[in-house]
Amino acid sequence: MNGVHDLGGTDGLGRVEVPETEPVFRAEWEKAAFAMFSMCFRAGFFGVDEFRYGIEQMHPAVYLLSPYYEHWVHTVEHYGQAKGLLDMDELDRRTQYYLEHPDASLPQRDDPDLVAFIEAVVPAGAPAGRESEKAPRFKVGDQVTVRADSPLGHTRRARYTRGRTGEIVLAHGTFIYPDSAGNGGGDAPEHVYTVKFTNAELWGPDTAEPNGVVYFDVWEPYIVPADTTGAAA
Amino acid sequence: MSEHVRTQEEIAARVKALESILIEKGIMTTAAVDRLVEIYENEVGPQLGAKVVARAWTDPDFKQRLLADATGACAEFGIGGLQGEDMVVVENTADVHNVIVCTLCSCYPWPVLGLPPNWYKEPAYRARVVKEPRKVLRDEFGYDLPGSVEVRVWDSSSEMRYWVLPERPEGTGGLSEAELAGLVTRDSMIGVGPAASPVS
Repeated sequence: MNGVHDLGGTDGLGRVEVPETEPVFRAEWEKAAFAMFSMCFRAGFFGVDEFRYGIEQMHPAVYLLSPYYEHWVHTVEHYGQAKGLLDMDELDRRTQYYLEHPDASLPQRDDPDLVAFIEAVVPAGAPAGRESEKAPRFKVGDQVTVRADSPLGHTRRARYTRGRTGEIVLAHGTFIYPDSAGNGGGDAPEHVYTVKFTNAELWGPDTAEPNGVVYFDVWEPYIVPADTTGAAA
Repeated sequence: MSEHVRTQEEIAARVKALESILIEKGIMTTAAVDRLVEIYENEVGPQLGAKVVARAWTDPDFKQRLLADATGACAEFGIGGLQGEDMVVVENTADVHNVIVCTLCSCYPWPVLGLPPNWYKEPAYRARVVKEPRKVLRDEFGYDLPGSVEVRVWDSSSEMRYWVLPERPEGTGGLSEAELAGLVTRDSMIGVGPAASPVS
């Protein structure tokens, strides 16, 4: 989708606000929102690509204006509703209750398995690499062009790279394909490459900063061999 | 899709309501939240990346392994895991400066840097640093790079997690590995600043 989350190269967003120091979590609710990702992942709400797609479907104005971890709350609600795992009327009713009673306590339950899951998943991770028999169509050194069309649904093919030509500098092997997994499909592994673009190729010679490049990772279906006959790609 | 921007009070109530339902369904517990928060507040943070950088500054063989296979080299320290399953380290030199971003969301190498600062996840940095990195580094981070230095921006669009091996500061020849680690800042491993200079 061509969403507001696809921010690379957007102008007019103002200063980068860099405080001298800040806590890891700025409010108590951020802690719970952060933890919902791991625990709802475990409970089958979403994979990481679906998780991102849920965020991408937020209202664009809210996306830009809300604190970061609220994005995570939206995607938990999105899949909780879509997969019938959450009763939204009940959620609204409880929200009203906690608005009126902000210090009311949470229900208490013990489950040592959940703490054990956290202890295990943090150091182990959840690798996205997947075995595949597919032979790579490209290799380091190849000139490639990113497909320029506008895919519907979840994709990692950022707009600022579409139609642009660069050189493959790294080949990483096969990984879950977000354009499948993020849209409710299977892992459908594809080769991942890092492509190097010059600033001038991305932004045009009048706008580009001098002496710089951008590296961007692509899955194989994102790219085609560059047209090296001299015609514009 | 709601177009209402919630207040902090509204978000807090919404999250508490959601958490209460998830607890009752057996999906969450407050003990698991507390443990996860404790890990990222106190155990996993940029002090881990700093240890790796200090080793790379003092051990050329390790540095070679780090640049060839960052995931494997970090595993030598027991460092790795969630959001760093496949890491790539890029090296700053006198001629090359690297900086990382995730324009599409907020991808960041958690096992070595912890959770990202808010500015890394907010729209302005993500929008601007791919288009005008020199200006962002100079105007927002006070880091003015000479025109002769090539600026390389790494947009973390896949599950590869990039981070920066900063240049070792001048005048650190006599420092121990632990003292060197103390000079390695989070920002230097994102690439928005240099490593700190030793206090003379």
